[in-house]
Amino acid sequence: MPSAIELHAINKRFGEVHANKDVNLTVERGTIHGIVGENGAGKSTLMSILYGFYEADSGEIRVNGKSVSIRSPNDAIFAGIGMVHQHFMLVEPLTVVENVMLGAEGGTMLRGGEAKVRAELARLAHDYGLEIDPDAIVGELSVGLQQRVEILKALYRGADILILDEPTAVLTPAEADALFKLLRALRAQGKTVVLITHKLREIMAVTDRVSVMRRGEMVATVETKDTSPPELAELMVGRHVLLHVEKSEREPGAPLLEVDNLSVIDNRGVLRVANVSLTVRAGEIVGIAGVAGNGQSELLETLAGMRQPVLGTIKFEGREIGFAEHNPHGMRKLGLLHVPEDRLRMGLVSAFPAFESAALGFTDDPRLGPGPLLDHDRMIADLSSKMEAYDVRPRAPRLKSSKFSGGNQQKIVLAREIERNPKVLLVGQPTRGVDIGAIEFIHRRLIALRDAGVGILLVSVELDEIMNLSDRILTMCGGQITGERKASETDEQDLGLLMAGVTEQAA
Amino acid sequence: MDLSFFVTVFDSSLRLSIPLLAACLAGLWSERSGVVDIGLEGKMLVAAFAAAAAAHAFGSAWIGLLAGIGASVAFALIHGFASISQRGNQIVSGVAINMLAVGLTAIVGNAWYGQGGRTPPLEGAERFGEVFLGHSAPVYIALLAVVVTWFVLGKTRFGLRLRAVGENPAAVDTAGISVTKLRYAAVVICGALCGLAGTYLSVGQSAGFLPNMTAGKGFIALAALIFAKWRAWPALGTCFLFGVLEVAAIRLQGIALPGIGEVPVQAIQALPYLMTVILLAGVIGKAIPPRASGVPYVKER
Repeated sequence: MPSAIELHAINKRFGEVHANKDVNLTVERGTIHGIVGENGAGKSTLMSILYGFYEADSGEIRVNGKSVSIRSPNDAIFAGIGMVHQHFMLVEPLTVVENVMLGAEGGTMLRGGEAKVRAELARLAHDYGLEIDPDAIVGELSVGLQQRVEILKALYRGADILILDEPTAVLTPAEADALFKLLRALRAQGKTVVLITHKLREIMAVTDRVSVMRRGEMVATVETKDTSPPELAELMVGRHVLLHVEKSEREPGAPLLEVDNLSVIDNRGVLRVANVSLTVRAGEIVGIAGVAGNGQSELLETLAGMRQPVLGTIKFEGREIGFAEHNPHGMRKLGLLHVPEDRLRMGLVSAFPAFESAALGFTDDPRLGPGPLLDHDRMIADLSSKMEAYDVRPRAPRLKSSKFSGGNQQKIVLAREIERNPKVLLVGQPTRGVDIGAIEFIHRRLIALRDAGVGILLVSVELDEIMNLSDRILTMCGGQITGERKASETDEQDLGLLMAGVTEQAA
Repeated sequence: MDLSFFVTVFDSSLRLSIPLLAACLAGLWSERSGVVDIGLEGKMLVAAFAAAAAAHAFGSAWIGLLAGIGASVAFALIHGFASISQRGNQIVSGVAINMLAVGLTAIVGNAWYGQGGRTPPLEGAERFGEVFLGHSAPVYIALLAVVVTWFVLGKTRFGLRLRAVGENPAAVDTAGISVTKLRYAAVVICGALCGLAGTYLSVGQSAGFLPNMTAGKGFIALAALIFAKWRAWPALGTCFLFGVLEVAAIRLQGIALPGIGEVPVQAIQALPYLMTVILLAGVIGKAIPPRASGVPYVKER
C-alpha cells in the first residue's frame, strides 16, 4: 500500500530565509503523524506547501503514491487533503451550513447544495459524534464547536488526509481529549491525520509516529512509542534542555497584593471578571489557569491599572489603592510591574528601535536622561547591559523591535520590568510564541525572582507552564475563580475540570 | 391635501431617490466584497458626463447608458487595480477618483463643447422618456437591481462567496476560490450600477450634463448604505426616505411651518447625514460593516 503522503527534497525560500531545506517526509496511510518543531522551524510552511497555499521552489509531492502538483488549495482538496488551520478559516456571520458549503456549493444556486450539506452533516454527526446545529451562526459558537465546523468542512470535501495545525491551542483539556478521540475514530476509518503541535504531551498521547523539524530541516522521524518528551525536546532545540525547571519549596512572606471581590466589565458591557478575590504574597508564584478568553486578560489588565473595576478593592502592601493611583503609571510607582500578555500590542512598539521600546513606561527615570530629555547614549548603554544579562540576540540595541524573534522580544520586555526591582510582577503568557531554549531561561528568571521575595501573578493558557512554575494555582472560568490548589497537590485532570467550570461544590 | 398631492410627492421622491438607490447598491456590492468605495460620487459624475456626451453624439439615450456604464466601469477598474492588485489604501484611491472625475469632466466638457463644462441640451430620443406610470426605464432598472441584488447575494453560489470574501477572505482563499476575481467582479458590478446612477442624472432627470451635477449624491448614497446596514431591501427603503427628505426640502422652501417658522433648506438637506451620524452613534441599533472591508488581502505566512 503506498504511503498517504511522500515529500521529497522540498525547498522553499522567503527572501533571505530558507524556510524549508531539502525536507523529506513520509506519512503512512491510516496513521496519526505528529510534526513538532519550534516557532519558525518550518512546520507551517511545509504544511502550507502541501495545502497549496505556497508553491515549493523545488521538490516532489506524492499523494497515495502518485506524483501531484499542488498549486492551490483547490488542487489539495482535489487530492483529498483537508486542513484545519490554527486560526480558523470561518466566516463568522454565516451559518454552519453556509460555511461548510463555501467553495463546494454544488451548483449556481445554493438550494440544492444546502440539502446535500444537511444530509451529510447528519451522517457525520452519526458516524463520528460530530453533532452541530446546522443553522447556528458560526460566530456565536464556542471555540471548540468552531473547530468542529472546520473539521466538518474538510470531511465534507471528502478529505482522506487531515492536517491539523496547533488544534489544541484554544481548547480546554477536556475538549482536547474529545478531539483526540475523534482523531482516533478517523484513523480507525482509514483516514490519515497529520498533527502539528508544540505540545509534546499531545504527541505522546495521540500520535503513531512523529517527525521533528529544526531550522527548516527535518531532523528525525521516530516511532512515538520509542521516544520520550526529553528526547523530542532535544531534537527540536539541538541541545539538551530542561523541560521542568527545578524549584525549592519556600514559605511565602507577607501579603503584597490583595484583591477583594473584583468585578470588571469590558468595553462592550460584558461582565468579564466576577467577584474575584485573591492574594499574592512575597516570594510566591500564583498561577491563574484557564482557557483563553475566560477573564484572565481583563483581570490582569485591571490589576495593572489599565482598566477600572466596577466593584471590589485592590490592596497593595496592606493599603487600598485609590482611584487616583489606579492607572499603569501609579501602579508602577508602587512597585507593581507588568509584563503584558501581548508583547506586540502592549509590550513594545514594533517600529521603535529596541532601546526605545526598552524605555517605555520608564521614560521619566533620571538614569535615562535629565528632566524631560532622553539621552540616547544612556538608553543604549542601559539596554546593552540588559541584553548581556538576558542573552538577547542579536545584541543590537538600535535594531528595530520587530526584527527580534518572539523569544528575544519577550526577553527585552522582561528585562525592562524585572530590572526595575518590582515588589509584585504581573506576567501574562510569558512564553507564548517563544522557543524552548528561551522558555527555559524565562522560567529560571521568574523562579529566581520569586526566590528573591517578589510576588508573582502568572497568567498562562499553557497548563504545563502553570503547573511547573506556580506555588498556588487558581483556575478561572467565565470570569470566576472556580478553584484553588497547591501546585504539589493537583494534576492536569483535576485542573482541567476546574477550568471547565466544574466548581468545588459540584465536584 | 388630497390623494393627488401624495401621488405627486411619492412620484418625485421616487424620482429623486433613484440615483441614490443605484449608487447605494453599487456601494453595497463593493463593500460586501471587502472593497470600500468612497469613489461612488466620482464614478457617477464621469458616467453622467459620458452618458450625456454619447446620447448627444448618437442621438440615443440607450447608447448614453452604455457609455455611462463603460466610463464608470473603467474608473471602477482603476479603483480595483489600486486596491485589489496593488493592495493600496482604498480611501486614498477613492478620493483620487472623486477629484479626477470633477476635474476631468469639466475640462473635457469645456474643450468639446465650450459651454463652461456643460454638454449641449438633450431632447427627444436623446433622453429617457416615460415608459410606465410616468417613470422612465432607468427607474425600473434600478428597482429591478434591488431584487437582483437581494437574490444573487442570498441565494446563489456567487453571492455566498462574495459575502464570505467581505468577511474573511482567507476562508475563501483556503476554500480554493480566488479572492482577486471575486473582488474584481464586485467592483465591476459596482461600476455598472454607478454608471446607471450617473446616466439617470444627466439623461433621465435632467437634459444634459452640468459640472459637478452629482452634488454629493455619492456620499449620501454611502450614508444610506450604512443606514441600510449593507442590505438590499433596507437600501431601497432608506434611499426612498432620503428622496422624501429631498422633496420636503424643495417644497418647504419659503414656507413657514406653523409654530416653527421657516425651516432653512440646509437643515432638511442635512437630515440624511444627521440620521446616519445618530445611527453610527448606536442609537438605532448597530451598523456593523463587513469585517474585511477596507483591508487588502495579503496571504499570511
